[in-house]
Amino acid sequence: MKVSTHWLNDFIALDADAAALAERLTLAGLEVDEITPAAADFSGVVVARITDAQPHPDADRLQVCTVDAGNGEPLQIVCGAPNARAGLVAPLATVGGELQGDDGPFKIKQAKLRGVASHGMLCSARELGLGDSHAGLLELPEDMAVGADLREALGLDDQIIDIELTPNRGDCAGMTGVARELSVLYNCDWTPVQAADIAEASDLRRGISIEDGSDCPAYFGRVIEGVDASATTPVWLRERLRRAGLRPKTPLVDVTNYVLLELGQPMHAFDADRMRGDIVVRRGKPDEPLTLLNKGEIVLDEQALIIADDRGAIALAGAMGGDSTAVGKHTSNVFLESACFSPQAVAGTGRRYKIHSDALYRYERGVDPSIQRLALDRATELVQQICGGKAGPVTGTATSQAPRQVTLRAKQLARVLGGEVAAEQVADILSRLGFAPQPIDAGWACTVPPHRYDVTVEVDLIEEIARVVGYDNLPGAAQPVAQAFAAVPEAMAAERDVAGRLVARGYTEAITFSFVDAEADKLLGVGSTPIAVDNPIAQHMGVMRTQLWAGLLDAYKRNAARSQGRVRLFESGLRFKQGDGGMAQTRTLAGLAAGAVAPEHWTGAPPASDFYAVKADLDAVAAGLRAEKAGHPALHPGQSARLMLADTAVGWLGVLHPSVAKALDVPGAPVLFQLDLDALLGGSAPSYAPLDDQPTSRRDLALVVDEAVSAADLTACVRESAGPQLREVRVFDIYRGAGLPDTSKSMALGLIFQDKSRTLADDEIDAAVARVCEAAQSQLGATVRQ
Amino acid sequence: MTSDIESIQSEALAAIDAAQDLRALDELRVAELGKKGRLTAILKTLGGMEPEQRKQVGGQVNQAKAALQQAINARKDALERAEIDAKLSSEAIDVTLPGRGIEPGTLHPLRRTAERISALFGSIGFEVVSGPEIEDDWHNFEALNFPPEHPARAMHDTFWVNGGSHVLRTHTSPVQVRTMQARKPPLRIIAPGRVYRCDSDRTHSPMFHQIEGLYVAENVSFADLKSDLQQFLSLYFEREVETRFRPSYFPFTEPSCEVDIRYEDLRGRTGWMEILGCGMVHPNVFKAVGLDPEAVTGYAFGMGVERMAMLRYGVDDLRLFFDNDTRFLKQFSAFGNVFGAAA
Repeated sequence: MKVSTHWLNDFIALDADAAALAERLTLAGLEVDEITPAAADFSGVVVARITDAQPHPDADRLQVCTVDAGNGEPLQIVCGAPNARAGLVAPLATVGGELQGDDGPFKIKQAKLRGVASHGMLCSARELGLGDSHAGLLELPEDMAVGADLREALGLDDQIIDIELTPNRGDCAGMTGVARELSVLYNCDWTPVQAADIAEASDLRRGISIEDGSDCPAYFGRVIEGVDASATTPVWLRERLRRAGLRPKTPLVDVTNYVLLELGQPMHAFDADRMRGDIVVRRGKPDEPLTLLNKGEIVLDEQALIIADDRGAIALAGAMGGDSTAVGKHTSNVFLESACFSPQAVAGTGRRYKIHSDALYRYERGVDPSIQRLALDRATELVQQICGGKAGPVTGTATSQAPRQVTLRAKQLARVLGGEVAAEQVADILSRLGFAPQPIDAGWACTVPPHRYDVTVEVDLIEEIARVVGYDNLPGAAQPVAQAFAAVPEAMAAERDVAGRLVARGYTEAITFSFVDAEADKLLGVGSTPIAVDNPIAQHMGVMRTQLWAGLLDAYKRNAARSQGRVRLFESGLRFKQGDGGMAQTRTLAGLAAGAVAPEHWTGAPPASDFYAVKADLDAVAAGLRAEKAGHPALHPGQSARLMLADTAVGWLGVLHPSVAKALDVPGAPVLFQLDLDALLGGSAPSYAPLDDQPTSRRDLALVVDEAVSAADLTACVRESAGPQLREVRVFDIYRGAGLPDTSKSMALGLIFQDKSRTLADDEIDAAVARVCEAAQSQLGATVRQ
Repeated sequence: MTSDIESIQSEALAAIDAAQDLRALDELRVAELGKKGRLTAILKTLGGMEPEQRKQVGGQVNQAKAALQQAINARKDALERAEIDAKLSSEAIDVTLPGRGIEPGTLHPLRRTAERISALFGSIGFEVVSGPEIEDDWHNFEALNFPPEHPARAMHDTFWVNGGSHVLRTHTSPVQVRTMQARKPPLRIIAPGRVYRCDSDRTHSPMFHQIEGLYVAENVSFADLKSDLQQFLSLYFEREVETRFRPSYFPFTEPSCEVDIRYEDLRGRTGWMEILGCGMVHPNVFKAVGLDPEAVTGYAFGMGVERMAMLRYGVDDLRLFFDNDTRFLKQFSAFGNVFGAAA
């Protein structure tokens, strides 16, 4: 809402500059975005009349104008504007005057243009900071006094206060609303709009019926007969529209916009001759068509509130008029509408029909249902001033609604604010705001004025008191809080600890978007059905990720492109999928490692991040994690594993599949992991076991097995067969090559034995090793390598 | 005899001092103090002496042996020390060369920020909770007093998913709703998390982070809200922060408030910068979650984690947080973690 301080002065006299007003409004909840001057900082510009315009002898596009600047001496001005013509009144920057250019201020000097002297410069709107138009000279009204200083003539020493209205303050979507608010804040009087008495001089009328009064609490209209729609809107009115951010159009439309800005009451002008019969305010019929003013063709339904005549819909109520009854230059009889449509009735109109209009903005927030007659008379008065015409009788009706009653309890006010506001101050503020407070037992009975749609319950009144007093000035003090213990379940690991361990292992935390490219997600997932975003910001953010690798791979690619070859990243966040019981959102930890495990070092190049390096990183994160050979569509088939905790599958580890890497344009062969975070975080509190002091004995054993036999197979067999005194089995070497069949490998195992209570005898250990060899031979075909 | 002993002693002492290594020293020990040594030989003659002389000569020999043993020990210590010194000196390394092994990573600056905020509120009893990111309309809007088609909804550029059945939460406030449904007051929670708005440019990211706070008890007041936030902001920035509490509008709070802090830009110009939104929980929200608005009051607040991080660390481009450039992320590796990094 752009508020001109000059316009405001029509209704309230305040001894405060724009900056002070802005500060006061802001601190009362009407946040001021910025204050801008109504015009650029120029001087020496006067109202002038072109008395003669002749072609320039040496330039096709220039004219040599004779200009009356009011000082008796005609001036010769060379001008390139296409609308420069004899009789035109336009602004003239006189010699010595100053304008603002793109690069700062500049002085107007006498000049020669293509050999012809020019004693000043005729100006466009843009050159004066009065608008965007640079197509020609700013055309001023013919009756403006020639020679007058333009700043004074147009009242340009005005400041525009731009208020960012919150959705609850529709009452301030008009100059009078802001004036009323300021009168409360400054505790002074204001003058509401007084419309002239309109003499009824025509008997043209349109009957009005409203199907449902709750959709439309008030609808008034009147025909004005014989208007001159081709008249020119006076410059003062156009200036006010411009300063409020609206573009002047035709006088009938300008007047409706003016009243909208002044009173906050949207108006609509119909060409009465293009209407048929009486007006009905009703809901749309299924498939009923309507072509809007902007030529948009819409199809109505029962949700749409419309204005109809005998032939059908002629306007989308509260949003936009129809094309068939639009006013134009040739309109002679105009029907003015001044209606109140309820916020509920127009709710959703903008979204359904993709319309943003100043009218709809106000109706959605609530328009004062008591001002329609006033607005109609105000608009009639202005139309007659500009376009003439004879006013017909007012038709229409208003459903009177009982004003809302809200009670404010003094005790609740103090409870919510945390301090006491003096009773006299409360009553004073409520009454200045128009709530007509009546003292009752321990509080006030308030009557909500019709413009305050937002005040419905007690706490709304509490906010009114608080904001008028000023939040920073409120009494009260914080109360100490009784502290209580919070449970700290020990078995529940914190996600933060997991992240901390990864950081200690060299991983840096990334945060990537939760929506990813559908194709990438498909390539990297395990076939889960993703949840599609209906209105994605871009096509490559079309689905909610079913995995976290897409984002990490993107981050890796960007880093790799910046020559950061060694990349170790992790991310903690949700992954999403369509599940049987609805949408699943699973807390997930994922990571990526590429390049060496550690920075380059002078003692030798550190090993590359391979499957085993990352596996050890995960062991540091989750004790008891087990890898099980399993295929994942996005991972190298020979270097991928399903991660298990006890008997539960909790994630995946593996090298990115080369063909997926190629499809996604990923360099190298990064190792990826992904884990269900919640599975990692559960656990149990540590439990002490007595320490074993007996000596340990180690026996090393090399077993030759087929390639298909895994370390897990072999060590499981060893554990089963070795007996209870086997404490640990380690794989300390793998050998392939000379002396072994092609499809075999030798695994060297270190078996560590210990008894709880005594030293083991050699023959006991020998017997255990013999059992191991026998079991490995019979179960896995292993032979002892000599 | 006495002079013999003295000359043996002085000779041997000289030889001990001259011994260049432990072996030579040991040979000397054997030669002088062993069974074949000269002093031992003298002792062997004691049997043929008069008791007086035997006592005198025996004493002199033993004194000489003790002196030699002491000299050998001292020389042995010195030689051992020299040997160790030589070994250590040969083992000297260039301590200025870099260490070997894993270089730690870093936590994301947004996590660092959110944790710091959570820790500050944690210190007065707020508990960290979280909630889903795909929400239904009821939790994201309706329970928070946004009626269907209300203009306030238009301020949330909402992402819809799954054919309109759900939204990506536009704020962390649905966590308020879920917590109040699940637990009984008194409640003090803080809820950091991802939120989504359908808007993307230099200063808007379609995904960003908020931190929600909620305190519900019998008599929570606006004065409590102001006091807690005022203290929080000064502790977060580790300086006295000048604040301004300004009326605003959120459907789920009344009175509603925005908090500005006084800032100074690089050119020394000062102004107010909006930093968080807050207010007293609206009675309709209490009703929606089944709490009696007469029985409890509460305050709620929400702030953008990115903005808090940008102000704290001087980050000037929102997009850096999601670009995951390790050169950026590694700038936040300073220790001190959630507390204490100087502004």
